[in-house]
Amino acid sequence: MMLISCPWCGPREEAEFHYGGQAHVSYPEDPSALSDEEWARFLFYRDNPKGPFAERWNHSASCRRWFNVIRDTVTYEILAVYPVGTPKPVIA
Amino acid sequence: MSTQEFRTAQGGRIDRSRPIRFRFDGSDYTGYVGDTLASALLANGVIQTSTSIKFDRPRGIFAAGAEEPNALVQVEAPFPEPMLTATTVELYDGLVACGLGGQGRLSPEPDPARYDSVHVHCDVLVVGAGPAGLAAAAVAAETGARVIVVDERPEPGGSLLGTRETSVLEWATSVADRLRSNPEVKLLTRTTAFGYYDDNFVLAVERRTNHLGAAAPAHRSRERIWRIRARRVILATGAHERPLAFNGNDIPGVMLAGAARTYVNRYGVLPGRRAVVLTTNDSAYEAVFDLLDAGVEIAAVADLRTGGSPVWGPRCAERGVEVLAGYGVADVTGADRVSAVTLAGPDGSRDVAADLLLVSGGWNPVGALYSHAGGRLRFDTDLGSFVPDGCRQAVAVAGAAKGTFGLAGCLAEGAAAGREAVEAAGFTAPADTRLPAADEQPASPTAQVWVLPGDESRQYVDLQRDVTVAEIRRATGAGMRSVEHVKRYTTAGTAHDQGKTSGVLTSGVVAHLLGVDVGELGTTTFRPPYTPVSFAALAGRDRGMLYDPVRVTALHPWHEAAGALFENVGQWKRPWYYPRDGEDMHAAVLRECRAAREGVAMMDASTLGKIDVQGPDAAVLLDRLYTNMMSTLKVGSIRYGVMCRADGMVFDDGTVIRLAEDRFLVTTTTGGAAAVLEWMEDFLQTEWPDLRVHCTSVTEQWATVALVGPRSREVLATLAPTLAVDNASFPFMTWRDTEVAGIPTRVCRISFSGELAYELNVSWWDALALWQAVYDAGQPFGITTYGTETMHVLRAEKGFPIIGQDTDGTVTPQDLGMDWIVSKKKADFVGKRSFARADNHRPDRKQLVGLLPDDGTTLLPEGVHLVAAETVATGALPEPPVPMLGHVTSSYHSAALGRPFALALIRGGRGRIGERVYAPLGDALVPVTITSSVLYDPEGARRDG
Amino acid sequence: MAGPGSDLPDHPDWLWRTPEPKRSYDVVIIGGGGHGLATAYYLAKNHGITNVAVLERGWLAGGNMARNTTIIRSNYLWDESAGIYEHALKLWEGLEEQLDYPILFSQRGVLNLAHSLQDVRDSVRRVEANRLNGVDAEWLDPQQVKEVCPIVNISPDVRYPVLGGTYQPRAGIAKHDYVAWAFARAADAMGVDLIQHCEVTGIDIVDGRAVGVRTTRGPIAAGKVAMCAAGHASVVAAMAGVDLPVQSHPLQALVSELLEPVHPTVVMSNAVHVYVSQAHKGELVMGAGIDSYNGYGQRGSFHIIERQMSAALELFPTFARAHVLRTWGGIVDVTPDASAIMGLTPVDELYVNCGWGTGGFKATPGVGWCYAHTIANGEPHPLNAPFSLERFTTGALVDEHGAAAVAH
Repeated sequence: MMLISCPWCGPREEAEFHYGGQAHVSYPEDPSALSDEEWARFLFYRDNPKGPFAERWNHSASCRRWFNVIRDTVTYEILAVYPVGTPKPVIA
Repeated sequence: MSTQEFRTAQGGRIDRSRPIRFRFDGSDYTGYVGDTLASALLANGVIQTSTSIKFDRPRGIFAAGAEEPNALVQVEAPFPEPMLTATTVELYDGLVACGLGGQGRLSPEPDPARYDSVHVHCDVLVVGAGPAGLAAAAVAAETGARVIVVDERPEPGGSLLGTRETSVLEWATSVADRLRSNPEVKLLTRTTAFGYYDDNFVLAVERRTNHLGAAAPAHRSRERIWRIRARRVILATGAHERPLAFNGNDIPGVMLAGAARTYVNRYGVLPGRRAVVLTTNDSAYEAVFDLLDAGVEIAAVADLRTGGSPVWGPRCAERGVEVLAGYGVADVTGADRVSAVTLAGPDGSRDVAADLLLVSGGWNPVGALYSHAGGRLRFDTDLGSFVPDGCRQAVAVAGAAKGTFGLAGCLAEGAAAGREAVEAAGFTAPADTRLPAADEQPASPTAQVWVLPGDESRQYVDLQRDVTVAEIRRATGAGMRSVEHVKRYTTAGTAHDQGKTSGVLTSGVVAHLLGVDVGELGTTTFRPPYTPVSFAALAGRDRGMLYDPVRVTALHPWHEAAGALFENVGQWKRPWYYPRDGEDMHAAVLRECRAAREGVAMMDASTLGKIDVQGPDAAVLLDRLYTNMMSTLKVGSIRYGVMCRADGMVFDDGTVIRLAEDRFLVTTTTGGAAAVLEWMEDFLQTEWPDLRVHCTSVTEQWATVALVGPRSREVLATLAPTLAVDNASFPFMTWRDTEVAGIPTRVCRISFSGELAYELNVSWWDALALWQAVYDAGQPFGITTYGTETMHVLRAEKGFPIIGQDTDGTVTPQDLGMDWIVSKKKADFVGKRSFARADNHRPDRKQLVGLLPDDGTTLLPEGVHLVAAETVATGALPEPPVPMLGHVTSSYHSAALGRPFALALIRGGRGRIGERVYAPLGDALVPVTITSSVLYDPEGARRDG
Repeated sequence: MAGPGSDLPDHPDWLWRTPEPKRSYDVVIIGGGGHGLATAYYLAKNHGITNVAVLERGWLAGGNMARNTTIIRSNYLWDESAGIYEHALKLWEGLEEQLDYPILFSQRGVLNLAHSLQDVRDSVRRVEANRLNGVDAEWLDPQQVKEVCPIVNISPDVRYPVLGGTYQPRAGIAKHDYVAWAFARAADAMGVDLIQHCEVTGIDIVDGRAVGVRTTRGPIAAGKVAMCAAGHASVVAAMAGVDLPVQSHPLQALVSELLEPVHPTVVMSNAVHVYVSQAHKGELVMGAGIDSYNGYGQRGSFHIIERQMSAALELFPTFARAHVLRTWGGIVDVTPDASAIMGLTPVDELYVNCGWGTGGFKATPGVGWCYAHTIANGEPHPLNAPFSLERFTTGALVDEHGAAAVAH
């Protein structure tokens, strides 16, 4: 069970959080302008890297805020926590 | 009853004033408080505990702790428990156990014990209360840090308990006392840390009452899981002695040298009378002298090192103990117990009579937890062992667990680890550390030996799985090159002990057979738990009614008193139907339906999800999430809406009430409430943070009573005299705030049945009063309470779908025949783009339709499939696969229609209305006709009463 | 005589060679798990293609093949799923003889329990669909559930009482290592090179066509390249510039000590989430849900295990004092519709098989059969045609998590 630092509540047990998959996937500005292929990419295709991954978590059992995390999908180490809407930090 | 003939006259940490009676394999014995089952058996001269699983060979007590591979027992009383190691079962009065060769036995009776768990946080967690662990804890605890020390044994001291290091033991006792009296410290004995997870999360199980036997207090949890989150962890988990592979090494009486030492020193038990010792290293000599002093004759020491031990050799000579350097064991004689040992070496071989053969093949640091934590292990050629080699977590290893085997070294290393840990955690460590003086013998290197010459089919590597060197050779001969493959081929290391004694030996033997370096070959992977943990402990309190929270409405006690039967809907308990005397569900539901259609009826609708959506942009949000337009809804009005996922599939539905320009009350399905709230919050926070909207769940703030039926208006009028209830003043799909029975109530004119109906929303606190008032006021009209089953029938007669029953995540609004609810005006809403995909335009998509069985009497089972007439043109089903048109999603007897009917999702269904299709029911083909999904009051004439 | 639980058949005296990789093969299969080995076997057996290498970065069948709970069944809801899983089950029924290996295929049946009225509807729907698809299946009421598996707690006085269950008698379990090794030995005997500790680091593409792979043991040319890397599907496909709609998650499982026989079948429950069988030696083998987050760590979080134990004791109170001996984790790659992807890719002569989620083991022979056909013919077998990548664009999903609601 990971210890996840909610930006609003501090470090809490993983069980308090809800996972939200890849971060920085925006709902398209104008879905009707997309081809079927482009729309399918938005609907179904997400990055799945082995290593650092920018992903979303929601502190669902507490403040209910979404935030972004960069986590290594091999070691499960959390490398950064940052607010929604801010750019992905560069991990050395 | 046998006497304890192998008990020493004095010594040991047992309480000789407190004898204990126990039974093993049908015989009665006595032991003492402080014994384990194994030590008590040895004291009574019992060394063989079982026969082996595959070859049925006698097997004896081999070790003295958790690493025991042989002495598995089944506890029979006070309550059956399968497969425990005799070396870790503390003796208690009334213990009944038997030896186990293969499978344990579960009790068919329910376990009466309680189990629980706790979360704790600390600055420093020390695993292991041996010399290194206690030294670390002593330093850490002095700083005011929160320290937790866990140890699997009943008392602190670790390996010291099996030695004669009395002065260090005294120090250990005083450290333990200080730890116990420190309010910031928790010293947990009988507690095994069994798993080490991410971010320094360590799981431990505390055995709290088992050692008390039948005297265990029933209120106290038998086992407790400690979920420990530590800023720093110190692993001082010690080392396990390693056996060697030689002929006859499985015969009872062959024992790890350190274990024999423990039996003598800690338990006051002689594991035999006359011992031969086989060793690759100096540690076995400690056992030699301890046993010698306790009265065991040492027949010979075979030291596999050609030079023997420069330190211990002369001492042995002084005591008249013969040391045969460069010698090994060629064979062991004895059926049920060792009777003689054949030693072979540079000067030939000889037989030595003995009833005990002590073995030390070196020591394996206990690396399990370190590996769980992601730590790497490296083979240290000097030690001949795998040792810790770096870990990403905040962990340090100290003492024998790190490959430091001398006592002084362990103490110093523990203290240093404790110091580093507290300082890393932000505390100031004391200037100096008081450690007891400990003798430390300069140790000469361990010989790296795994297998002695002999008959490989008689050389055991894994005693519990009966795996021999010959079997490992068969594996390598079959082409196996990886230890993981050899493990699977032979099953070595897969038994109850998970290879604690056999794992590294297996690697050594494979390396030996393949001629490769054991360090490169590596070991198999350690996985939690370190030692077996009971299912019940892990389940803890989350069983029975606590398995999942039960949610009930404010009206639940009333429903119970009224004799309702309940349906689980998600976590909610909802009244299913209210049977009267002698009624079955069918009769009750027909009665309830009739009341709603012909008179008046009421139901508890409080479980519907309710979300208060507020803010200047609330209407914008709802327009984006619902398929239809919500921004045009007038204050005071209500609109039904459907939400889709981005893939265009229906995911929830409900009504939206506009309370003000900037405020809506959204209702959801009972099961979908949490998901819809999360859906809204997700979009608001991550996609459209510019929208000024707040969403709050008010499901448990508002209770809802549905008042349904042609006479509902009359009942409402009685209770709300100031409310204009006529149709013109209070039209369908509007709401009014008023008082009902003197209770502030929001009355909504909504109908999920097609009848004139109201939903009365009140504060959860007032729900019971309102319900009772409605019930009382309705009596003259014969008001009838109804549950979810009747609700389902009523809505199905009207063709209203239940999301999740008539849909399954593959159904669009169009499939439901709800094109009317999909806005053509809005540029976008979630799901809209998906409607344009190719698959959404297939003419044979499944569509919601009604079904009427032609015979007017058959109730189609929900879930049954339909086939086309041409498919069964022969009058029977063809060979599979049989093409299917779709399936029945809802099916009921209808009081209003006087016949059964169903809803179904059928390929191209709306184009098939009027077509006869067939439902295969068992061997019969039941003809049914496809109809519109709206079977009752298609004109909608009844909703206004 | 030997004790109970000692009766597993021995492995044969010879399994497979440890060859050096050749410079070139007709087909290179990336991934030496169950699917890769079965594919190699059927390429050789059904299509006469034997100049094949199976490249495995670790030890053969050491990924999900070594980590699954060995459940085999074909009672899937949708026609497409039932088609390929039933084909697999029919192959399972002849596999022991076909491969001349005691794979311990035991058709002890699988029970899928229902705990809510909607569970019941979904279960009946699945059973009825199964029957019309030629898959053996029946609906059992609680008493019948108890007759099949006497230790299941069917008391109405529990949090989520058992309202019944579906039963597929031909379903069961097999011994996973034995299955993998049986395919490996047979493929090796037909000339397939099984190359271990050979990690693929790149896929060479010339003019839109896969022509070989780069590995930690040098470049290998290939007429066709077949990806078969389960949890690492995305990582491998990315080497060819192909994106896949899969996410890799940890899936944990555990095993108890050896116990006297108490559990004659396989029980699965989604509402009280656990699945459990008692393996041949007597150990209880159990699993539950995947961890929510993406992970390649082959380990998950402990609260998943604790929750699973609660579920197990709800269904089987007699397990209370059994012990967890070992837990472990695999990496499952899951697709948006919980159905696999098998077929062609945008790159010529590059084939994809992935996304089996929690269902990979039971599909093994069916995958091998169909994937070999796809590779040999350059077009999908009819049974895997519905599992194309294109379905995510057209929307023709095979959605096995909605109504089917039975993972694993």
